[in-house]
Amino acid sequence: MALLAIRNLHAGIEGKEILRGLDLTVNAGEVHAIMGPNGSGKSTLAYVLAGKAGYERTAGEVLFNGKNLFDMEPDERAAAGLFLAFQYPLEIPGVATMTFLRTALNAQRKKRGNPELSTPEFIKKVREVAGNLGIDQDMLRRAVNVGFSGGEKKRNEVLQMALLEPRLAVLDETDSGLDIDALKIVSDGVNRLRSPERAFIVITHYQRLLNYIVPDVVHVLSKGRIVKTGGKELALTLEAHGYGEYQEEAVA
Amino acid sequence: MNAELTTNKTAAESALVNTFAKARDHLPGDGNVAAQRTAAFELFAKQGLPHRRIEEWKYTDLRALMREAKPLASPPDAAAKASAKTAGSMLGDVEARRLIFVDGIFVPELSDLKGLESGLSIGSLADALAGGDPAVLAYLGKIAPAGDVAVALNTALMGDGAVIRIGGGATIERPLHLCFVTSQKPAATFARSLVTVEPGARVMLIESHEGPAGSDYQINSALELFVGERAHIDHVKIIADGTEALHVSTLAAAVAARARFNTFSFVMGGAVVRNQMFLNFDGEDTVAGIRGATLLGGRQHADTTLLANHIARGCQSREVFKSVLGGEAHGVFQGRIVVRRGAQKTDAKMMTQALLLSERAEADNKPELEIYADDVQCGHGATAGALDDELKFYLMARGIPAAEAEALLIQAFLGEAIEGIEHAGLREALMDSVAAWLKVRQ
Repeated sequence: MALLAIRNLHAGIEGKEILRGLDLTVNAGEVHAIMGPNGSGKSTLAYVLAGKAGYERTAGEVLFNGKNLFDMEPDERAAAGLFLAFQYPLEIPGVATMTFLRTALNAQRKKRGNPELSTPEFIKKVREVAGNLGIDQDMLRRAVNVGFSGGEKKRNEVLQMALLEPRLAVLDETDSGLDIDALKIVSDGVNRLRSPERAFIVITHYQRLLNYIVPDVVHVLSKGRIVKTGGKELALTLEAHGYGEYQEEAVA
Repeated sequence: MNAELTTNKTAAESALVNTFAKARDHLPGDGNVAAQRTAAFELFAKQGLPHRRIEEWKYTDLRALMREAKPLASPPDAAAKASAKTAGSMLGDVEARRLIFVDGIFVPELSDLKGLESGLSIGSLADALAGGDPAVLAYLGKIAPAGDVAVALNTALMGDGAVIRIGGGATIERPLHLCFVTSQKPAATFARSLVTVEPGARVMLIESHEGPAGSDYQINSALELFVGERAHIDHVKIIADGTEALHVSTLAAAVAARARFNTFSFVMGGAVVRNQMFLNFDGEDTVAGIRGATLLGGRQHADTTLLANHIARGCQSREVFKSVLGGEAHGVFQGRIVVRRGAQKTDAKMMTQALLLSERAEADNKPELEIYADDVQCGHGATAGALDDELKFYLMARGIPAAEAEALLIQAFLGEAIEGIEHAGLREALMDSVAAWLKVRQ
């Protein structure tokens, strides 16, 4: 059974259709890259999967681990193993990063019927994961993302992912706003999490990220549909020739 | 006295006239005190209850809100005293010296008066007034604004309260907890307390107000606070009155030079609350934190009205007030910072924020800056709005259920005000109260 099966998905926001019959199958252990020009529906796909309010499905289905994704609230999707790394991680004044991480982890554990982690257990775990990502303890004590640089915010996303250990992680333009050093740190974090049980959907506009997170499959998204699928070399072709031909193809 | 009210008196106003006529000869104090009471009552008799055409009471029309005036509470009997048993539980594990007031009357046998630290003296206002204590009479009514009708009613009808003195240089390690409890019988109480913190002394003063749910009792409480030079005081007022209670309380403080003055108002109880503060910064270079958190639901109405009066130069004040309003609740904040001509180098910043959890909740906010000096830094900001859906989604996308996500955001919002309290245990206790409130909120 596929980990994620998207069939003929039509969805949009405020009555405007953005995804127009999208099909995608992701199996455990695979890394899929979704590339496409601005406005092709990349972020919409990410938000529809995560369950953001305002994004409406008008047709099609999405099965996650065999279950209908649209029967689940965003928190239930997360507990079921879906993770969205935000393109623009939000700042939450007044909520310490540690509190946020612990609340999230324990909420998921509770929903899955696992015992909540005690404070010492949690601290041990978070220190270990943070250490791997070069995140210092001081950052964990600060309010979530408040005053963080762009790179720190993205690292914090990867930290959350590493801690929550999802089955499927959707990375929405995780490379945007990152310099090359930050890109390497973030990519290393992601690569460390690759496993036969876990899958990734890496959404990006540029090929650059895929030098570091090497995909098994590359899809081109245009006008709300996947118009081409290939191996990792497809990303290089796109980098060389741009998205022009796919934009025309979709119109035709 | 000549107590005729010229225009149409409300039932409550008439009842207050009768109450005073009956009680005046039995209230503690004679001579000067009696004259002070009479003068104060004259003001009420002339003006009546404050109403919406009085600017300071614009949003809290006491004349309309106060349908009747309850009779004065009688001295607490054994049953009334028993109601104080669980009083102050909102403080959690905070270790404090509890002083119990039942229906406005000091109850020494329920209070912790053992082993008073050196420099600390605690007494009852009724005793001080009856005995004509010159030290008390010298201070009483000196800073509470005589022109405010709520204060005037308190002065006219004050029955008892605390008289506390912290001697010069004394550090009182255990917080003092003035615990005001109302018993079952719906009545009116007029407690008046006087606290003098002498130069260089340090103390934490917690004032809590509570009473039975469903009882429409009436509280008019006032605290006059004199803070000496270089003294350090942390004052925290917790208003956790019963669901039908009318609570009017006043803090009037005079703060001398180089003091540290912190006050925090935590408002979560009562049907109608008016929490007013009149703060005079009389001496230079004082650092003041004036903060508050209000949590209202149902049809609760709570009004926080503040006057921060910068008289001397070089004082700093930070005003931070946050409110969370659900149901059809109505939250009011009126904050006025006045900088007198001599108060150069004043640094005052006021921030008020309201979080509306329902479309029928209402927040009114009236910040005012009145500046007569030319070399000052003053500012104010205000926001009102609903919970941020984007933040809520971010939390939910990490597996946190909707209700828990909202609770986390609300706690964070109030936390920014509560973290201004220096006492860690009390911060925690108040955050626990917030969490408990969130659990049962509609």
